[in-house]
Amino acid sequence: MTADVVLSVAIGALFAVGVYLMVSRNLIKVLLGFMLIGHGTNLLLLAAGTWGTAPILGETGGPGGRADPLPQAFVLTSIVITLAVSCFMLAMVFRRYLQARTADVPDDPDDELVGAEPGGTE
Amino acid sequence: MSLVTALLPVSVMLPLVGAGVALLFRGAPPVTRWIAILALTVQLVTECAMVVGIDTSGPIVMHLGGWAAPVGITLVADRFAAVLMVTSTVVTLAVLVYAGAQQRSGPRPDGAAAAFHPAMLIMATGVSNAFVAGDLFNLFVSFEILLTASYVLLTLGGTAERLRAGAPYLVVSLLSSLIFLSAIALVYAATGTVNLADLAGKIGDLPAGVAAILQSLLLVAFGIKAAVWPMSAWLPDSYPSAPAPVTAVFAGLLTKVGIYAIVRVQTLLFGGHGFTTLLMWAALATMIVGILGAVAQSDIKRMLSFTLVSHIGYLLFGVSLGSSAGLTATVYYVVHHILVQTALFLGAGLIEHLRGTTDVARLGGLARSSPLLAVLFFVPAMNLAGIPPLSGFLGKVGLFEAGLDTGGVLAAVVVAGGTLTSLLTLYAIVRIWGRAFWRPTPAGAVGGDGLAAGDGATGADESVDGDEDGENEGGDDESGTVRTRTRLPGGMLAATAAVVLAGVLLTVAAGPLYALAGRAAGDLHDPGRYVTAVLGATP
Repeated sequence: MTADVVLSVAIGALFAVGVYLMVSRNLIKVLLGFMLIGHGTNLLLLAAGTWGTAPILGETGGPGGRADPLPQAFVLTSIVITLAVSCFMLAMVFRRYLQARTADVPDDPDDELVGAEPGGTE
Repeated sequence: MSLVTALLPVSVMLPLVGAGVALLFRGAPPVTRWIAILALTVQLVTECAMVVGIDTSGPIVMHLGGWAAPVGITLVADRFAAVLMVTSTVVTLAVLVYAGAQQRSGPRPDGAAAAFHPAMLIMATGVSNAFVAGDLFNLFVSFEILLTASYVLLTLGGTAERLRAGAPYLVVSLLSSLIFLSAIALVYAATGTVNLADLAGKIGDLPAGVAAILQSLLLVAFGIKAAVWPMSAWLPDSYPSAPAPVTAVFAGLLTKVGIYAIVRVQTLLFGGHGFTTLLMWAALATMIVGILGAVAQSDIKRMLSFTLVSHIGYLLFGVSLGSSAGLTATVYYVVHHILVQTALFLGAGLIEHLRGTTDVARLGGLARSSPLLAVLFFVPAMNLAGIPPLSGFLGKVGLFEAGLDTGGVLAAVVVAGGTLTSLLTLYAIVRIWGRAFWRPTPAGAVGGDGLAAGDGATGADESVDGDEDGENEGGDDESGTVRTRTRLPGGMLAATAAVVLAGVLLTVAAGPLYALAGRAAGDLHDPGRYVTAVLGATP
């Protein structure tokens, strides 16, 4: 397998931008970040296989050999999972927006309580 | 194909089919309840048959669709997987009975409650599938099945408090899934396979650096799921706000699936080598940091969440030892921990059902008012702290003996840390116990007061339908007032008692069960049988 520079850079960029977005408090940005990293991971999975002609039974492979179908099956599964989770997250963001007119995640009230009272509730 | 092998996919498919059928009857909650209980009961019977079959004749393997091992999807169950499947089904079944009884005693369930039973069954599918997954990608898919169901369960009803708690859980889980998927991509790129048995032979041929990268990625991904320090902060943040039955089943199962994955990968793929020192330090830190968090809490559910994190450290310690004795103790301790944590969270749910809160500042006199609940909470609480002769003590002794046998200084330090953690667990538990059960009911704790107004979301009784506080967000007439009940539904008590008794059974039948754990650990320690079972078998 030869390393593909363009692909590597693209994967790296998707991960970098995705991580930047995911550390946000805004759930919409987190969702976008998750989707970008998801694309990066899918590309990474594709890059793990070999390129070539379609691996169909009975057909002769091209000069470059046949593509490895297994990573492509992985990517298909992964895309479906990403879609399902994105849908759930959008529903969650929408619900949060209906309640609070914001997509930001608030602090844990219990954490603030523990921080505010040294020694707990003794 | 033997009959026992045919049971293998049945145990995964049953809850999934049950979830589909339950969704069809979502308008009739009693029907969904019975479908769910029926599906899991049959699953439990098949899994018990599998344990017996596997224990006598070795691991069972099924190649789905007839595709042979390294290419196709393989389901494998060895003793460790089968034992965990039985334990997880027992726990899920008990929680379903508990939730059903709670639903019946509460207000009429609405749309959100209709999602509860199907989501629970889908989660059971994911957990079972994770235990029998024979390749990394199937393991990833199982994780996604159970995580997606857990997102739904955690945010059931969609109240502001649960959305807040659900957001970090969701993001952290997504991140760990992405790390896991990237690890799979790199594993495939390096070896050309994701089949665990196939990888067992191929990882050893890789350059040490590449193997270390793969191992560290997998350990980080599973470490997040198992709540290993420093990747454990999400757990006490998100678990306590969910409905009591949901928290109970999460606490019992989800982190243990992460531990299962760590055990499987460490033993099968990497032969118990690599990162053992790091794992020991992580185990020590998980124990100590977790239990210090537990000591600081005044809410029972939050305290229990921190002890949950803390005791993951013991499991990790057993794995990091890599010896047969260490793995034996880990197998035994995993089962013990699943049962005990679930029992404690169910007990906390009973307290919440009675008094409308689990904040010890507002609890008291429970031992006098409901002695049966006191017993049901006390036994697993002492078990968690490791009081002899209960199973927590036996598991810890097994772990410490295995740790001292390896003879390292670090292992001895972790054993000392484990003893300290055990004592601090006892302190945290006794502190909660003394205030909630033994002292007289504090003045103003019953009937609502100024204290209660601030935290409506945690104050109200959180049955699985869960939206009552959402609707009463504006005025705190219902959600702010601490409600008291005097009677507990029989189903809730019976389900809690069943899990407590299962924990006690682990003590009473410790001899044969510890021997079974020993045989399971023998399989783990010498993966040869697993590998030949998968690769040598004809489809």
